[in-house]
Amino acid sequence: MSIAALCSDRVLLNDWHVIADLTNLSAHEPFQTRLLGVDLTVYCRGRYNKEVVRNDTGALVNATKRYGFLWACLGKPERDIVFVPEAEEEDRYLLTGGSIAVKVSGLRTVENFLDMGHFPFVHTGWLGEEPHTEVAPYKVELTAADELVATECKFYQPVASPTAKEGFVVDYIYKVIRPYTVALYKSNPVQKERLDVITLFVQPVDEENCVAHPFLCYLKDGSDEAGIRNFMQLIFAQDKPILENQLPRRLPLDPRAETPIRADAVAVLYRRWLRDKSVTYGAIPARM
Amino acid sequence: MLDLAKSRWHPIAAAHDLPLRHVFHGQLLGREFAVWRADDGYVNIWENRCLHRGVRLSIGINDGRELKCQYHGWRYSNRTAGCTYIPAHPADAPARTITNRTFAAVERYGLVWSAEEPQGEVPEVAGFAEGELLALRAIPVNAPADVVAARLTGYRFQPSGYIDGSAAKVAVEASNAFSVALRSSEADASTLAVFFVQPVDSNRSVIRGVLDGEVEGAARLAVLRHHNELLSRLRVAVEAEAAREPAPAPLEPIIERVSPELAEMPEETTHGRKATIRVQVARKWPAADGIAGFELRPIKGLLPTFQPGAHIDVHLPNGLIRQYSITNGPGESDSYVIGVKLERDSKGGSTCLHETVREGDVLAISEPRNNFPLRRDALQTLFIAGGIGITPLLAMAQALNNQSLNHELHYFAQNEAQLAFPEKTSTLGASLKPHLGLTPEQTGAQLREILSGYGPDKHVYLCGPGPMLEAARSIAAEMGWPETAVHFEYFKNTNVIDDSTSFEVALARSCMTLTVPAGKTILEVMRDAGIDMPSSCEQGACGTCLATVIEGEPDHQDVYLNDAERKSGTKIMTCVSRAKSARLVLDL
Repeated sequence: MSIAALCSDRVLLNDWHVIADLTNLSAHEPFQTRLLGVDLTVYCRGRYNKEVVRNDTGALVNATKRYGFLWACLGKPERDIVFVPEAEEEDRYLLTGGSIAVKVSGLRTVENFLDMGHFPFVHTGWLGEEPHTEVAPYKVELTAADELVATECKFYQPVASPTAKEGFVVDYIYKVIRPYTVALYKSNPVQKERLDVITLFVQPVDEENCVAHPFLCYLKDGSDEAGIRNFMQLIFAQDKPILENQLPRRLPLDPRAETPIRADAVAVLYRRWLRDKSVTYGAIPARM
Repeated sequence: MLDLAKSRWHPIAAAHDLPLRHVFHGQLLGREFAVWRADDGYVNIWENRCLHRGVRLSIGINDGRELKCQYHGWRYSNRTAGCTYIPAHPADAPARTITNRTFAAVERYGLVWSAEEPQGEVPEVAGFAEGELLALRAIPVNAPADVVAARLTGYRFQPSGYIDGSAAKVAVEASNAFSVALRSSEADASTLAVFFVQPVDSNRSVIRGVLDGEVEGAARLAVLRHHNELLSRLRVAVEAEAAREPAPAPLEPIIERVSPELAEMPEETTHGRKATIRVQVARKWPAADGIAGFELRPIKGLLPTFQPGAHIDVHLPNGLIRQYSITNGPGESDSYVIGVKLERDSKGGSTCLHETVREGDVLAISEPRNNFPLRRDALQTLFIAGGIGITPLLAMAQALNNQSLNHELHYFAQNEAQLAFPEKTSTLGASLKPHLGLTPEQTGAQLREILSGYGPDKHVYLCGPGPMLEAARSIAAEMGWPETAVHFEYFKNTNVIDDSTSFEVALARSCMTLTVPAGKTILEVMRDAGIDMPSSCEQGACGTCLATVIEGEPDHQDVYLNDAERKSGTKIMTCVSRAKSARLVLDL
């Protein structure tokens, strides 16, 4: 299958996807990107207007701005952009975390975001440290809103966030909101009863390439914007080389393609959830 | 033609591509390999992906004994490619069948050879003497292998002994789609060059040339440079030729699916007391006073992957079946080494091994089973061995030592001559703490000292004679060690088994109700009813025949479960334990 194969999954074609961080767009130079295998050009018309044009047909694409990102929908939008309630709270920084291109299916990137077991090995000294390697049992469920939620996730982290001063056992909640959108809630090291939120909007560039656009809603208390961004980019830079060495690059949905362990409960459900939604773009469908 | 190529041997690396602790990325017919040499010299050629999440193992870490995946730290053993440790679940022994795909590996002519489905042997080259050859630098070419091989028949070069000449005659001695043998002669110098063309993918190849005759010093450099220049020129010409044809589609190697039971987190597999492996006693030696060491090598194929703490059943010529712990360190996968203490007053298992079994004898053994798994997420691990109890703990200490994890091995024995396997314990350095010639009271005091200062993330592993284990367990409890941090293995169950009761056993999953009469065990009654249940020691010590209790009150008579597990009433050893209630419901 060629890399530029076009997407036929309605659930993806008729959804909104981030295609650029607004701060990366220049009024003078059109911005080139790709979404679901379709090459797009972004033109800045005046200070506020952005136009998104398909390179193949020249047709205008639905586009809008939210959370500091430019969004596009190739088909007919069937639902609104994911709502992030924490973005309404006054005492949080709302930051884009840098758009990181990764040469792997966006679905693999989502799965990596849901994974705690790799912390001691990939984020050594930050999000984990040997010998603290155990992934304790946690709960996963499919909500009435058709989202996957993993709760009671706990992991020992030496430097859990930009403001952490010492190692502690961090509480996590993961939520898969859409096939290419996943959020993480983790205890804030200063106000331990409140949660910092990272929503990862993954742009499916094509089946084997993605751009990860993190949206950070961090409590302002004790932190600064540059530090938060810096931390996010440090962590993602550690993930990128591992993700780019996954074979095959697309996410296999066949349960026998790879070997899950109990720690992967959320990933197992994610793959099943994608199968049930008939998401095939960026995946290797299960054999019938 | 590339279909034919699957059954042939091809070079995939030069021997010098595998220096100490390196992992080489190889490729053949579109399939990627992780190629690595263990410290014992064995060359491993594996599918280049971890079975867990598909991450390339060529970016993994070769620690000389095992290959560790960068993503989640899974460890795979030298030779077998079986997974030995999953850090996310430190208390579990990995399912034995999590084994990466391996490919054949042969070193010959300074090259490493492999094949997808090899038939026959690595090609024999007449006139090549092993050790007196010069392997040229590998030349990658963007062209199909047969195009490269055809072009190589026209390759013209000087013999190594007359490199400055220019009038050499070159004759084609043999050629096929993947190799060309050429002889160059001028004056009285003559050199045989064989070029093997490695089909990396449908449109990519590597030329691996080997010359007969060793050349030393400056002359060697001149020969290498001579071929480098000529082969580079050939590459340019071949690539230009290949570019005129449409490029064939890249090959898509089929990645095998994992077995169905691995698709779910598997329960332990069920099988009876079967000895499926035949081994030969390669070496028998006095490992200490009264202890014989046995090195058991497979008759054919590879031994299954073992984890530290695992034991095997040895089926003896006199009909007895005995359990012995594997003492091997990580990656020592070409044989199992066990230690056997002579116990004259026992039923004759150890006497048979000491007196009857000799080097060269063939024994039947079971696959290794691990009911004494080692966690590797502790900040400190204490091992306390009494006498022959050293054997499982020796394997564990070597595993932690290899990973530089903090541990101490306290080894109690009567005297120095009774310390077994000195060649293995000496590699542990200062972490080995022998305690010699202590009375029971002195042993108690020593244990008290060792077990003082419990802290979170500390674990202790005990193995030794019953009275010592009882003492150590009660001291640990007194000193505040929780039961979850105290792991133990008894040699045998010295409890007097009361099998006078009669009761009913319902097997929930099998929808079967059985009556266990006095004088028979649950295990025996289940076997009689055709239920295949794994077992090993059959005296309540090893933990193999464990079953989950859904309902009813077990009458525990084993020495495997700890007090908390006994009180919970949810586990039972079916080989010795019975029921206090009239009925037990088991999850079987």
